[in-house]
Amino acid sequence: MDAPSPIDQTTTQTAVKDIVEAYPAKVGKKRAKHIVVRDPNEPEQSIDANVRTTPGIITQRGCAFAGCKGVVIGPIGDVVHIVHGPVGCSYYSWLIRRNQFRARANGRNFVNYCFTTDLTEHDIVFGGMTKLRQAIQEAYDIFQPPAITVHATCPVGLIGDDIQGVSREMSEKLGISVVAFNCEGYKGVSQSAGHHIANNGIMKNWVGTDEGAEEVEGYTVNLMGEYNIGGDTWEIERVLEKCGIEVISKFSGDGSYDETTQAHLAKLNLVMCHRSINYVSEMMETKFGIPWIKVNFIGVNSFAKSLRKIAEVFDDPKLTERVETVIAEEMAETEAQLATYRERLTGKTVFLFVGGSRAHHYQGLFADLGMKTIVAGYEFAHRDDYEGRDILPNLKIDADSRNIEEIHVKQDPERYKRPFSDEAFAKMEENKTLKDYKGMMPDMGEGTLVVDNISHHELDVLIERFKPDLIGSGIKDKYIIEKLGIPCKQLHNYDYGGPFAGFRGAVNFAKDVDLRVNTPVWKYVKAPWLN
Amino acid sequence: MLDATPTTLVERKALRVNPAKTCQPIGAMYSALGIHGCLPHSHGSQGCCSYHRSHLTRHFREPIMAATSSFTEGTAVFGGGANLRQAFKTIYQLYDPPVIAVTTTCLSETIGDDIPTIVREARESGVIPEGKTVIHANTPSYVGCHITGWSNMTASMVKYLSETSGESRNQVNLIPGYVEPSDTRELKKMLTTWGIDAVTFPDTSDVVDTPQTGHFQMYPQGGTTVEALKTTGDSLATIALGPEASSQAAIALEAKCQVPYHILDLPIGVAATDRLVQTLMDVTGTQPTDEIVNARGRLVDVMTDMQSYLYEKRVAIAGDPDQVVPLVEMLVTCGAKPVYVITGAESKYFRDRTQAILGESVPEAVIRDNEDLFYLHQLMKQEPVDLLISNVYGKYIARAEDVPFVRYGWPILDRVGHSYFPTLGYAGSLHLLCTIINTLLERKDRDDPDESFELVL
Ligand code: SF4
Ligand code: SF4
Repeated sequence: MDAPSPIDQTTTQTAVKDIVEAYPAKVGKKRAKHIVVRDPNEPEQSIDANVRTTPGIITQRGCAFAGCKGVVIGPIGDVVHIVHGPVGCSYYSWLIRRNQFRARANGRNFVNYCFTTDLTEHDIVFGGMTKLRQAIQEAYDIFQPPAITVHATCPVGLIGDDIQGVSREMSEKLGISVVAFNCEGYKGVSQSAGHHIANNGIMKNWVGTDEGAEEVEGYTVNLMGEYNIGGDTWEIERVLEKCGIEVISKFSGDGSYDETTQAHLAKLNLVMCHRSINYVSEMMETKFGIPWIKVNFIGVNSFAKSLRKIAEVFDDPKLTERVETVIAEEMAETEAQLATYRERLTGKTVFLFVGGSRAHHYQGLFADLGMKTIVAGYEFAHRDDYEGRDILPNLKIDADSRNIEEIHVKQDPERYKRPFSDEAFAKMEENKTLKDYKGMMPDMGEGTLVVDNISHHELDVLIERFKPDLIGSGIKDKYIIEKLGIPCKQLHNYDYGGPFAGFRGAVNFAKDVDLRVNTPVWKYVKAPWLN
Repeated sequence: MLDATPTTLVERKALRVNPAKTCQPIGAMYSALGIHGCLPHSHGSQGCCSYHRSHLTRHFREPIMAATSSFTEGTAVFGGGANLRQAFKTIYQLYDPPVIAVTTTCLSETIGDDIPTIVREARESGVIPEGKTVIHANTPSYVGCHITGWSNMTASMVKYLSETSGESRNQVNLIPGYVEPSDTRELKKMLTTWGIDAVTFPDTSDVVDTPQTGHFQMYPQGGTTVEALKTTGDSLATIALGPEASSQAAIALEAKCQVPYHILDLPIGVAATDRLVQTLMDVTGTQPTDEIVNARGRLVDVMTDMQSYLYEKRVAIAGDPDQVVPLVEMLVTCGAKPVYVITGAESKYFRDRTQAILGESVPEAVIRDNEDLFYLHQLMKQEPVDLLISNVYGKYIARAEDVPFVRYGWPILDRVGHSYFPTLGYAGSLHLLCTIINTLLERKDRDDPDESFELVL
């Protein structure tokens, strides 16, 4: 990612000035703090993030409910997820994120179902608790799931339904885990609040609750912050297994209830999407002693680097050797297939606006294809996702985040176990192997632009100025961008392609990018007589 | 696929599984897009706006622009007035829309935000500039469904904008219902060839099916203009298609400007389209053109040619009441047997009309409103059907039961064409009927053994 940027500081700065000046003065002043022109000579560039969106701005952001049910909890496929609220929230989060799931031995698979209490005016006036109680009972009677979750939407918080109480009561009555999430849409400032709420629920209720589970030998890991869009998780698992690394549980793509309750057995946590899951990995370290590392399985070189990092932690020559063999084999196969695409794609430029990790993850894969990311930003990241975890101690919690519960876990007296020797930990600490994430900014070259929570207006100006060859974004922007004659690759749900993770995923991705960027159809956008 | 669905019908009182409806504001947003130069604004948390834009975008594969009041927890406590004012400021500075259509969500409704008062104050203090139109509709998501929202916003257009000048105009008002842009375009075309002047509202053609030109237009060419909406009070009559979606606006217009109305089924199939044509004849005192009469003839021709493939076929249908009722009628006209007919909406119109149509020909039919797809699937497991017609979510049931499937209604997220090819009027019905028959023929070709695999069908 060190190649010189096709845009420079001056042009970028002019664009930023124009963007900011179009806003009402106060709004412009605020937005300016969310936009950074990268200058690698200034090591401590900072950016505003995770603060409210000004009303009236056409934003990409969603809500806490979307982050909790839609992103983190929903993909757990053998659990019945009931949305307590009017029908809409449940309906819109039904099947749209393409989290794939394979049923385990018990045969249960509920990912294609949508469950809701479908609250009506009567319930809003008189309270929805009776209905919720009944709904949980009916879900249990019909589907016999190993667990049930309940997700609150906006009005539920306002009318004060005690979903925690009802869930506790039903859990006792039915003898299965029933967990409630107070992820009302107005909590926090974006999906991010919902991730945090989901993480708390997972940790409080599931991780480590299978007390009878037996210890597992070998190189065991949990895969965290990976949502199996288009089958990503399975490609990652294929390679990990080939290396002899065993995945105990997954949060939460292709995730299952039983496996989640056994997650405490793993020796190492692999964190993909730092933003959506770092709370659980932190808490698991405190409670069970399981260390975590940040990985990135998107892109050929990133995947290889992450595999080596895992091997470094286990520090066993047998594993290291196996990992190197696998990397060599897989790389050779992938390289051969990537070459033609690279020829066609090298030198092209990209904008990326995705989530709270992907805008970073995908830069490596684009680099593998010879493409340069010149503008990037997240929809709902926090400052550490941009600037790295070193700034964590300096972060101030504002009013909007203060309302989200901070849970404090303690060391589990019986099951806390450090999986590696003290010397090994000391060495890893020295090398900053564990718990480290440098964030996106250091990887972005001079003159490139980092934009937090981009608005439609900003996108519009930036496209006009820098005419990128491809934009990675979401469904709401896709057709705006394409109407401007620029191909858009959805990176939230992949435009129905995938997997894009790992080695084989990289090849899929190259094909997908090539078909968008190099298709002849763009040449026909303008009628010939207009030239 | 859907392996957890049991065949035995289980009574449920509280749990909705695989709903056949969604919430009000999305319908209102879609309706608002049918006003020229309108930026819909969702007053509530930004999640709702995000979901509504995403879902409409997926269905139409078009940019769907809308702003939001971006509520946070503080707003939920103190009310959304300040957010809406700030939203107006930002929107006018950045996007300067001629019209803003505010919709509420379950959150702002539960709080009880009084939109007209907030808007009036914003106007008085200059936050809303001179000459700008702002309308609103109350669309709590816990009342009714997406069609209710569509109906409320369409009625708001009348309540805010229709005027009586005292001089009547030789024009009709046409409310096309919650339909595709292609349908509205088809209806307008029919009136144009007939030579009838009309104000069609809302009109989403050229808004959610814009041409690719290399330019993005925040306010596309299409949509009913505010000027045209104002004249609706002077029209000869209002023709409201689809009672659930359109009658509210027609009734409001009569109350406000004394324009008489005719509420009709959506013109799907020959009988329903005939009724529309007859009404237009009565209202305007003119005769349909040869072009229209010939289109009718072609539809009936295909019906007579091909009805044998539909005769006695057991069909399951799920969808919005306004579409389902005339669709059932069309199928019955061709000899098919709609045995399971459900809608997610609560609708007396649906119950009564479907019952009236099926009463004699398919007395065993199960007709249920306020129902979900899980229930429909269970019925199909009990006694199978030859064809399923529903929105995209039915594809899971069709796969599970290995039943031929026609996507019809809203939303369709996995195919293209629904927003480009009409299914209303004689020509549109022909298109829909051909799709249905060809789907059955495809299946026949797939299933027939080699010795009876036929070239000629
Ligand atoms: S990777 Fe991105 S899109 Fe995915 S959950 Fe994380 S932040 Fe969201
Ligand atoms: S903001 Fe509230 S009502 Fe809207 S989608 Fe999110 S939870 Fe549902």
